[in-house]
Amino acid sequence: MTPFLVVFALFIVTPLVYSMYLSLFRNQLMGGTTFAGFANYVTAFTDPKLWDGMGRVGLFLVVQVPIMLGIALIAALAIDSGRLHGKSFFRVALFLPYAVPGVVAVLMWGFMYDDRLGLTGSVNDLVGFPLIDPYTKQWILTAIGNIVTWEFVGYNMLILYAALRTVPLEIYEAAAIDGANQFRIVRSIKIPAVRGALVIATIFSIIGSFQLFNEPTILKQIEPALISTYYTPNIYAYNLSFVGNQVSYAATVAIVMGVITAIVAYVVQLRGTRREI
Amino acid sequence: MAGYSYHRPRKSITLTVLLGALLIYSVLPLTWMLFSVTKTQPELLSSFGLWFSGDFAFFDNVRDVLTHDDGVFLKWFANTLVYVVVGAGGATVLATAAGYGLAKYRFRGRNAVFAVILGAIAVPGTALAVPTFLLFSQWGLTNTMWAVILPSLVSPFGLYLMWVFSAEAVPTEILEAARVDGSGEWRTFFTISLRLLAPGIVTVALFAIVATWNNYFLPLIMLNDPDLYPLVLGLYQWLADASGIGAQPVFNLVITGSFLTIVPIVVVFLVLQRYWQSGLSAGSVKA
Amino acid sequence: MTITRNRRVALGALAALMAASLTACSGGGDDGGGGGASEGASADEIEAALQEGGSMTYWTWTPQAETQVAAFEKAYPNVDVTLVDTVGAGDANTKLQNAIAAGTGVPDVVQIEYQSIPQFQLPGQLVDLTAFGFADLEDLYTPSTWGAISQQGIWGLPQDSGPMAFFYNKDVFDAAGVEAPTTWDEYKDAAAKIKQHDPETCIGNDTGDAGFTTSMIWQAGGKPFHTENGEVTIDLADEGTTKWAEMYQPLIDDELLCQLPGWSDEWYQALNDGTIGSVALGAWMPGILEDGVPDGKGKWRVAPMPTYDGTPTNAENGGSAESIPGAAENKLLAAGFLKWLNSSDESIKAFMDTGGFPATVKQLESPEFLGYESEYFGGQKINEVLAAGASDVNEGWQYLPWQSYANSIFADTVGQSYLDKTSLMDGLAAWQEENVSYGTDQGFTVNGG
Repeated sequence: MTPFLVVFALFIVTPLVYSMYLSLFRNQLMGGTTFAGFANYVTAFTDPKLWDGMGRVGLFLVVQVPIMLGIALIAALAIDSGRLHGKSFFRVALFLPYAVPGVVAVLMWGFMYDDRLGLTGSVNDLVGFPLIDPYTKQWILTAIGNIVTWEFVGYNMLILYAALRTVPLEIYEAAAIDGANQFRIVRSIKIPAVRGALVIATIFSIIGSFQLFNEPTILKQIEPALISTYYTPNIYAYNLSFVGNQVSYAATVAIVMGVITAIVAYVVQLRGTRREI
Repeated sequence: MAGYSYHRPRKSITLTVLLGALLIYSVLPLTWMLFSVTKTQPELLSSFGLWFSGDFAFFDNVRDVLTHDDGVFLKWFANTLVYVVVGAGGATVLATAAGYGLAKYRFRGRNAVFAVILGAIAVPGTALAVPTFLLFSQWGLTNTMWAVILPSLVSPFGLYLMWVFSAEAVPTEILEAARVDGSGEWRTFFTISLRLLAPGIVTVALFAIVATWNNYFLPLIMLNDPDLYPLVLGLYQWLADASGIGAQPVFNLVITGSFLTIVPIVVVFLVLQRYWQSGLSAGSVKA
Repeated sequence: MTITRNRRVALGALAALMAASLTACSGGGDDGGGGGASEGASADEIEAALQEGGSMTYWTWTPQAETQVAAFEKAYPNVDVTLVDTVGAGDANTKLQNAIAAGTGVPDVVQIEYQSIPQFQLPGQLVDLTAFGFADLEDLYTPSTWGAISQQGIWGLPQDSGPMAFFYNKDVFDAAGVEAPTTWDEYKDAAAKIKQHDPETCIGNDTGDAGFTTSMIWQAGGKPFHTENGEVTIDLADEGTTKWAEMYQPLIDDELLCQLPGWSDEWYQALNDGTIGSVALGAWMPGILEDGVPDGKGKWRVAPMPTYDGTPTNAENGGSAESIPGAAENKLLAAGFLKWLNSSDESIKAFMDTGGFPATVKQLESPEFLGYESEYFGGQKINEVLAAGASDVNEGWQYLPWQSYANSIFADTVGQSYLDKTSLMDGLAAWQEENVSYGTDQGFTVNGG
């Protein structure tokens, strides 16, 4: 594991430490870079744009992650149960969206959402009034949630499925001898077996939600006014860094976000492992 | 063979239908792509997306993709293979060794290592792109293949996954039994643990491959030379060429190129998936 | 596995790297210096340097660059030009900013949009080409493009220009029984009639586009941004801006424009099937219509921009120049290449052959150019209209020194007026406020809070 730590230190930790160092400075077009102490952190804590984005990803997290993981768990259990016709076909097909590059995925959904030529138009025609219009303030976050769910259900399903495959066969055999039915097996053997994987999947979904970036960024090209430059904290940091010439403040935002994400993830990890004991 | 009924459970129609609905959800947008790759550029922009329209232009599109700009697509494809084999391959090996080590060998500061790793991945990479670029530029790594390969060698996610899998899939008693038998740590790892870990390793490898294959943000920042681009960045360049002021719209190339980019991933998936089965047989080894 | 030893090794490596990264910072903060007239050369010295040769790097997203560079290398066989495709204007700015910050890998010649030139020029990141005698070249270019690169110095040479024109689909207009509008009042009437004729169609599309809006304000005679001696004045409620907003507000309130963003595939679809009847954009548009809107062949026409009171006025939309960064390694070669690139007949011809719209007076006035009959535009002599538009461009326009940032937050502010159908003036006021606070943060003295 030493090689891992060396590479990890070089290419992940070093830029991180460097960013922490940078976050103590202030960049100006006129005046260059000057030492600013913790001024950036003070600004960040009272920056309404940052907290607006944070609130949005918080909402996203609470709604989208359980739905996605619920679907993924059901799919993993179903495929593992062996009670499915053509299970390897399902396995491939559900995983497929994850293999699609993010840019292309959003392009495809952008088309599906289109009211004129896409599927949304067809649905609205069917019911006779504009039932759904993804490109409105009310719907856009749901529309993003749908794309993210589509992309990552298969991915999470695979994590859970791989965990299910590590359950030794004898345990099932023993359960069958004891006369346990399918639901019992699921509840007493399978769910406990995937708990570790489920905790991982949850933690990574939480991190993914906090770092939400690709989908809104590309949808912004379709509907610029619906998605602000601070729609999520990550988009905000990106714009500060790449468009606003504020590399230091962007690093500050990234670090503040990282700390919050790590705390939430750590709490989930603790809860997940405590139940194991 | 009391477990026979478990080996061959009754197929369930309800379950199949339920998953079928999920399947349609997964595949529907992809059908848009399947229809789109058969269309010419003008038809693409003027016809309904979920059906054929105009001439069947799939082979022309593929030819255009492969020959556009002196066949640069093939060059990108070769680059991507390098990034995937070295980057994702290395990431899998490193993550497996490290995750296994963390799970099976007790040492002080284990929790600290874990906390640092979790903390590091919680900070979004996009926001750190500029500092990373500045560092790499000092080290003379920018605009080289190493700028893409080296960071992708680290898969904190893979490490984490392997850690949990190792903890659950490799019973410590087996390892102790092996130690008692006088088997060395490496021998134990290769003869026993590796087989037990197969489903985990395959999963990590698959994710690493897909992540490297679809990685575009890092190369975008690090690379200037199109001869070093991976496929997805190349496609992004075509897309930028296709949209934006003063653009030459080549959406057909973007879509057909995307299609050709996904195909190898699907093949890799199909090849790798049989290892989940071998993992199962390994699991049935009497403990 | 002896964990403790390995861990120590890892930590040692980390500590060494941190030390390395700290030294790296001293190079990262500085902007790479440059600018000013410290170095320079005469035309003869430049020519001599080109003959002697060497290697240099050129960053651009111009599709014709490959042809141009090949022709240049043929004319000056000793010079080796490395061409880097920077994909698009947005990414190009980022890449240049990163390279300057890192202090390595800075190109010798780089393409920059007119609107982004102040952003690099004011912090002193571009070479003032006055020292290379480029002031003599002024008469070659149209006044508006020269104006864009010559504020208190010469910061590049214009590559192309984009005087605005009104491009419309005659079939759509005929079907609704309307003519090409000559004034904005007529435009609004035509918009209503087109909508009335077929509610699915519209005269144009707009969801709030910063580049388009600034050009429209420019056309109305507004001068909302002004920079002098590092002092920035912002007035997004000046006479011209207000004139535009009052004219434009009803188009939004009455939903006469399609809610489609430009340059998306949907937008191309809508242009192809006649859902959108017209666009007001730069003179570089014909080539794009031919490629992206093949179904419109023979249907489209071009007309001068509609006016407010019958007096022709115009603005530039888009366009870019090539500049030499202060941190360029080979400035003499760069100057030679740049001069050849944007003033030699051979290079400009290569640029125009594939649809580029030049910035040079000679090419704009050549009979061959003006007499060209476009088949796509039903045989119309389009360049007569477009070139005439170039001479009506209002003078004195300036962009903000942080225009690309300002444009990025346009949708957050003015874009909301489009979305909610609220007052454009309120949106513009919000845009102004954000810009004043950003400019102040960036160390400028900003008037207009």
